[in-house]
Amino acid sequence: MSVIETQGFKLDNSGKRVVVDPVTRIEGHLRVEVNLDGDNVIRNAVSTGTMWRGLEVILKGRDPRDAWAFVERICGVCTGTHALASVRAVEDALKIKIPDNANIIRNLMELTLYAHDHLVHFYQLHALDWVDVISALKADPKKTSELAQSISPWPNSSPGYYRDLLARLTKFASGGQLGPFKNGYWGNPAFKLPPEANLMAVAHYLEALDFQREIAKIHTVFGGKNPHPNWLVGGVPCSLNVNEVGAVGAINMESLNRVAKIIDDTIAFIDQVYIPDLLAIASFYKDQLWGGGISSQNVMTYGEFPDIANDDSNKSLLMPRGAILNGNLKEILPIDLRDPGEIQEFVTHSWYKYPDESKGLHPWDGVTDPNFVLGPNFKGTKTNIEVLDESAKYSWIKAPRFKGQPMEVGPLARYVVYYAMGIPEFKEPVDKVLKDLGLPLTALFSTLGRTAARGLEASWAAHKMKYFFDKLMANLKAGNTATANIANWNPATWPAEAKGVGACEAPRGALGHWTTIRNTRIDLYQCIVPTTWNGSPRDPKNQIGAFEASLLNTKVAVADQPLEILRTLHSFDPCLACATHVISPEGEEVARVAVR
Amino acid sequence: MIETFYDVIRRQGVTRRSFLKYCSLTAASLGLTPAHAQKIQQALETKPRVPVIWLHGLECTCCTESFIRSAHPLAKDVILSAISLDYDDTIMAAAGHQAEAALEDTITKYKGQYILAVEGNPPLGNDGMYCMPGGRPFVEKLKHVAKDAKAVIAWGSCASWGCVQAAKPNPTTAVPINKVITDKPIIKVPGCPPIAEVMTAVITFMVAFDRLPAVDSQGRPLAFYSLRVHDKCYRRGNFDAGQFVENWDDAAAKQGHCLYKLGCKGPTTYNACSTTRWNDAVSFPIQSGHGCIGCSEDAFWDQGSFYDRLTNIHAFGIEANADQVGAVVAGVVGAGIVAHAALGAIQRAAGKSKTTEAANK
Repeated sequence: MSVIETQGFKLDNSGKRVVVDPVTRIEGHLRVEVNLDGDNVIRNAVSTGTMWRGLEVILKGRDPRDAWAFVERICGVCTGTHALASVRAVEDALKIKIPDNANIIRNLMELTLYAHDHLVHFYQLHALDWVDVISALKADPKKTSELAQSISPWPNSSPGYYRDLLARLTKFASGGQLGPFKNGYWGNPAFKLPPEANLMAVAHYLEALDFQREIAKIHTVFGGKNPHPNWLVGGVPCSLNVNEVGAVGAINMESLNRVAKIIDDTIAFIDQVYIPDLLAIASFYKDQLWGGGISSQNVMTYGEFPDIANDDSNKSLLMPRGAILNGNLKEILPIDLRDPGEIQEFVTHSWYKYPDESKGLHPWDGVTDPNFVLGPNFKGTKTNIEVLDESAKYSWIKAPRFKGQPMEVGPLARYVVYYAMGIPEFKEPVDKVLKDLGLPLTALFSTLGRTAARGLEASWAAHKMKYFFDKLMANLKAGNTATANIANWNPATWPAEAKGVGACEAPRGALGHWTTIRNTRIDLYQCIVPTTWNGSPRDPKNQIGAFEASLLNTKVAVADQPLEILRTLHSFDPCLACATHVISPEGEEVARVAVR
Repeated sequence: MIETFYDVIRRQGVTRRSFLKYCSLTAASLGLTPAHAQKIQQALETKPRVPVIWLHGLECTCCTESFIRSAHPLAKDVILSAISLDYDDTIMAAAGHQAEAALEDTITKYKGQYILAVEGNPPLGNDGMYCMPGGRPFVEKLKHVAKDAKAVIAWGSCASWGCVQAAKPNPTTAVPINKVITDKPIIKVPGCPPIAEVMTAVITFMVAFDRLPAVDSQGRPLAFYSLRVHDKCYRRGNFDAGQFVENWDDAAAKQGHCLYKLGCKGPTTYNACSTTRWNDAVSFPIQSGHGCIGCSEDAFWDQGSFYDRLTNIHAFGIEANADQVGAVVAGVVGAGIVAHAALGAIQRAAGKSKTTEAANK
């Protein structure tokens, strides 16, 4: 047993160890272990990625123009965002410029993902941490209707609507088959909503599940399907044709009208359902301001949504790039993804081996050499782990660091950076929410703050879809229909050696793909993804990552019900398939496989 | 008393008229006659909800995401009314011990009656610990749940074939689930991901008819995987007329001509994309300008570039099923197809392409 001090936190693993595995309502496989003191307060937290797929080695030797399809399959929840990072990395390496329309359509695709992903996260993955489904059975439909109509003009709000829903829920609950709601933490004292708010939220859980299908159709129009729409190095695969022969065979006025309608409907749903629900729920939980972790210290965003095609400087990015270290909100640091000293990955506590584990490696110098060993204090067997030993290696996730420090990424990180930059369209909604809830700015650094930032961002993204759609229409009016640049499509035009980086700001945070191309084939491919940052294990200095830090010092209402733990972990929207995509050699042979 | 699917949807305010329409639409989408619609109707009116356990191995969750895109029926109605989704770590409220207790409870209580749906696949390398939910190898959990399952659905190309993590050199030794589950019928619903409405149609069929859908020699439902994307492609006329897109966004692309020369794998891919289409029939890859990458085919990642042109495809093909195509098509990408199509022909000749046995091949 030991006590470690790091980043202003004290880690004490002497208390009762509680294991949560699987952590559910996330993408992929995650385990968390915590130590509770005598008052059920979390004094130590250990987060472990429990899966590993090896996509990067699979890419070696492939055609770089195919890479987007492989890496898109890193994740079907963040669908498309890895493909976007990939085509950017390849275009960077091969000096390919894309047409303005392709830039606009890519922005629309990524914004669609933001709106869709945030909405599904809030209702399908996160809501059951705040909403007690069984309590909803005690609601008065008339009062629920009054509550709903007092906070939003959303039309599905009559007493009859809620009466029908209540009847359906009551019969469902009494039928004996609770399905996905079975064994939930219903009745836990950490649930604070009155029955009427619970019933309203359940109604919107079901409505959101229906509506999310619509948002995804924008991917289908431009990319042919969702999940996993199609992309193209050099532009986008779809063509535009609104007033010429054969327009029915391309993106035409009918398909554009569909996109326009979905954008309007998405704005309406987010602004009239998601945001009012978020504020209503937050008003009952606003005294629970734990879970901030390192969000008040170290946050980072690579930036996204270039307004000018092929320009990723901050004058072009609608979400700029920047980092904050040590809580110094007065200084926004630039980020150089090519600098070998800025972004590095460590493996002292990860199931990999480096020649010298005291040092980190930049992705272009990346080494991934699996080494599944368990520390001296683990309990169980190698294939039946009861308790992990965090003093040794304990996760399939590597530990990325920016200038040697762990960083939080994602919606809250972005809102902190953009608030510090003073950008009105991010700062003003934050100020308004805080004012409405009667909370100080520091309240942002919390589990609730993370969840609120995601909601505000969903609204921002939906409105920005309209902005880019209007730009697309303006181009079409001016007769500009180009969507692809094929000048460097033929590999014969490529240099013998090239290297590139593709940065992307995914819904879950900063995403980077680094590649080198040799003789028209991929020689090296490395990704550092948002959940690698947030779910990072410890590093050689014992610095903890965002998940672990955010769990500390939280009081758990019922020791064997991990409700508060789920709430905080879910506030990051963890994506484990993304975090643990890294490479390995074939079979059990342990060898160094990815050296530049 | 456990309520039936019919009770549930009636209670939700669905009229009897709408219910009957739903039954006939389901039958039609499965290519069945009106008489079958009546059978679906009777089944849904009288059966309790079938417990389903949905496991996740090495995967990307695209199958779950696709499933919830289903327009008819809505995922909401499948989950709340057609089946009882007793375990699915992506959406369930409980976590950790409470989640595992829910799993064991269903296995015990509904022994031999539940359906196991698998998304992703088990890695066998590193003692199976490349995927270790609950601190144990996923492959053990998979076998444990499969043991008392009535039937198994392999969602997507991961569970069916191995998919991207099994692409060369397959670093984790990821294998399709039929390599480790050998004593149960397995329905393969490949695709990366499969089409949403195909997923819900397969599960609704099993609930409604209380039997497995007819499958081909590979274990895929005949209803959705017996024709090539090319066979029903709306650009087939352009192919036959020799009207091809030569370069991205050229004049032919702007008129929606055939994408064969840009590497379209429609001629060797068995899937319903060109008919059912995607996301409530909004579009499908070819309609949006990109060739089919063949994502429902075994080892589609290892057949050369997605932009390599298929060779030796007959320009004027006639309607052909998987087995007949096997006799005439040979090509770089088609090699895999030829092999399994030929296998299908042999089995058909031997009269062995029945559901259960074939599904286990």
